[in-house]
Amino acid sequence: MYAYDEIDRTLVNERVSEFRDQVKRRLSGELTEDEFKILRLQNGVYLQLHAYMFRVAIPYGTLATNQLRALAHVARKYDRGYGHFTTRQNIQFNWIKLAELPDALEDLAKVGIHAMQTSGNNMRNVTSDQWAGVAPGEIEDPRIWSELIRQHTTLHPEFSFLPRKFKIAITASDHDRAAIKIHDIGLRLIRNEKGETGFEVLVGGGLGRTPFIAKTIKHFVHGRDILSYIEAILRVYNQYGRRDNIYKARIKILVHELGIEKFSREVEEEWQQIRNSSLQIDDEVIEDIRSRFTYPAYEKLPHMPDELRQAAADPDFEAWRKNSVAPHKVQGYSIVTISLKPTGGPPGDATAKQMDALADLADQYSFGEIRVGHEQNLALPHVAKRDLPALWKALDKLGLATPNVNLITDIIACPGLDYCSLANARSIPIAQELTRRFANHELANLIGRLHINISGCINACGHHHVGHIGILGVEKNGEEVYQITIGGRADENATLGTLIGPGVKFDEVADVVEDVVEAYLALRERPEELFMDTVKRLGVEPFKERVYATR
Amino acid sequence: MTSPLEQKKIRIAGPSVVTANRTWDGIVVYRTAARAWSAELSEAAIVRNSEEAKALLAEAVADDVGAIGPYIAPVQIGADGRIVPGNLREQIRRTGVTIGQPAQV
Repeated sequence: MYAYDEIDRTLVNERVSEFRDQVKRRLSGELTEDEFKILRLQNGVYLQLHAYMFRVAIPYGTLATNQLRALAHVARKYDRGYGHFTTRQNIQFNWIKLAELPDALEDLAKVGIHAMQTSGNNMRNVTSDQWAGVAPGEIEDPRIWSELIRQHTTLHPEFSFLPRKFKIAITASDHDRAAIKIHDIGLRLIRNEKGETGFEVLVGGGLGRTPFIAKTIKHFVHGRDILSYIEAILRVYNQYGRRDNIYKARIKILVHELGIEKFSREVEEEWQQIRNSSLQIDDEVIEDIRSRFTYPAYEKLPHMPDELRQAAADPDFEAWRKNSVAPHKVQGYSIVTISLKPTGGPPGDATAKQMDALADLADQYSFGEIRVGHEQNLALPHVAKRDLPALWKALDKLGLATPNVNLITDIIACPGLDYCSLANARSIPIAQELTRRFANHELANLIGRLHINISGCINACGHHHVGHIGILGVEKNGEEVYQITIGGRADENATLGTLIGPGVKFDEVADVVEDVVEAYLALRERPEELFMDTVKRLGVEPFKERVYATR
Repeated sequence: MTSPLEQKKIRIAGPSVVTANRTWDGIVVYRTAARAWSAELSEAAIVRNSEEAKALLAEAVADDVGAIGPYIAPVQIGADGRIVPGNLREQIRRTGVTIGQPAQV
């Protein structure tokens, strides 16, 4: 966990008072909506189809149990008893009243939670690996660097009025769980040949209307220079980024139009002017941040406790353990992913009751800590292996033990036309139908790792471009139509999916996905060949033929 | 369901209403003939050509305190005179999400 200092606490509290006054002036008519809009967006408040939507930041995906309980409280008191975890380590409440928002913000501020940097054309909530600090083999805890960047960028005037929103993600493991290659800046923590810690810096990734995979701009930037290097990138972006056309304003367009070589030369030139300035980070600053991250007092525990050995006889437990439990850096402990993808449920939603109960379980089994991942699932990062059977039973009672992590029903989906004012088509009902079609665990397990991503419009909040199977809802002649892509991925080998053919109607989408899956099962050379391997080996043609032969 | 946020020119092809979200709580409201806002679609003022639509929208925009983001939305009027939303987006705004919401707890 990270402990905020007095500066952060004061900042968060002052922000609440400021917003309370702004809301009061808006409701009295002293502020027009045009004047107020930028202020509410700076506090995570959007207007959606049915109501205001309130987006709350969960920096680098780390929550303490009192913070999760505060989110449950907000869901219960100010909303409709549930929240929606997003693809960028935020939570959204869909039904909140503007008049009550200052009270909700104040309740969250008491536990150090805020909504800054969750909307608007600024530096957004810095995201990271939900297994940070516990994943075996990581270079070091990437949240230390995430927090450094958060501190530097929060309310930084130069980053508060950018041409467009700007997103940074950091990973420290070989396997990228933070999707850094689809971010404006992606940082991969590495060590150079001298053993010094630094970053491979990628730039210009992003999805939406014009998707790009980020390109490496510099292979190694020393840790002490990372703020100046990021600032150099942002200065070039601020200088050249398009402000006249919202569709061309993201840094990915600038990088694409200038070319990575020219863009990197511009950044280098800028960087040389500022790298030896006050932006160079003293070791003491990093040490101070590092010291504010506390880690549990782990016990010395056996690799295979009796409790786990005995529980292995239960096939339901084993099914859950095999896809929800991951190795921990400390012997005797595990990382447990909590699926928020129950059969027939909206992906990423959790009720206040589930959040409260999960906070209790985290206190009991995970040293009071919860993580939020970009896949719209939660995780308990420090579970003793001996406790896994008891934890599983408790999660099952809460509807939080669906054994589908990384399987076909572990679907990422945006809120779509059911909630979102930008959407053209519904996403959640498509996801719900797919979870019903593939509810049989044996079938899902037979299929193996397969990620489906669904977006209800071209803005791509459901990251459909990088889904193994991507589904994009569009509107055609007043009807919802869905385009299907295959072969995308968001990990260290990130790539964009390929469109397989004309769009299909709402009630045909699940049939099409079934066809794609059946084709894969027939085409794979052996059970271990994953969907993505088959697509890589054969291309999209065989899938296209299967889907459109009878349509 | 083209987002009304992309609505640049006012061209209507049939009966339409002006809709927005109420400022203090965000709920869906419709502009009435009495220059007020109502949560009931049945109370909405109906416009049938671009001039009427422009006038109603201008009046709604002027009431910046009452509701935000006003725009023109299509409706259909049944033989019995009942007003129903003219597309899926407006139907969802009128009747709520098409999925079950998690139980209130």
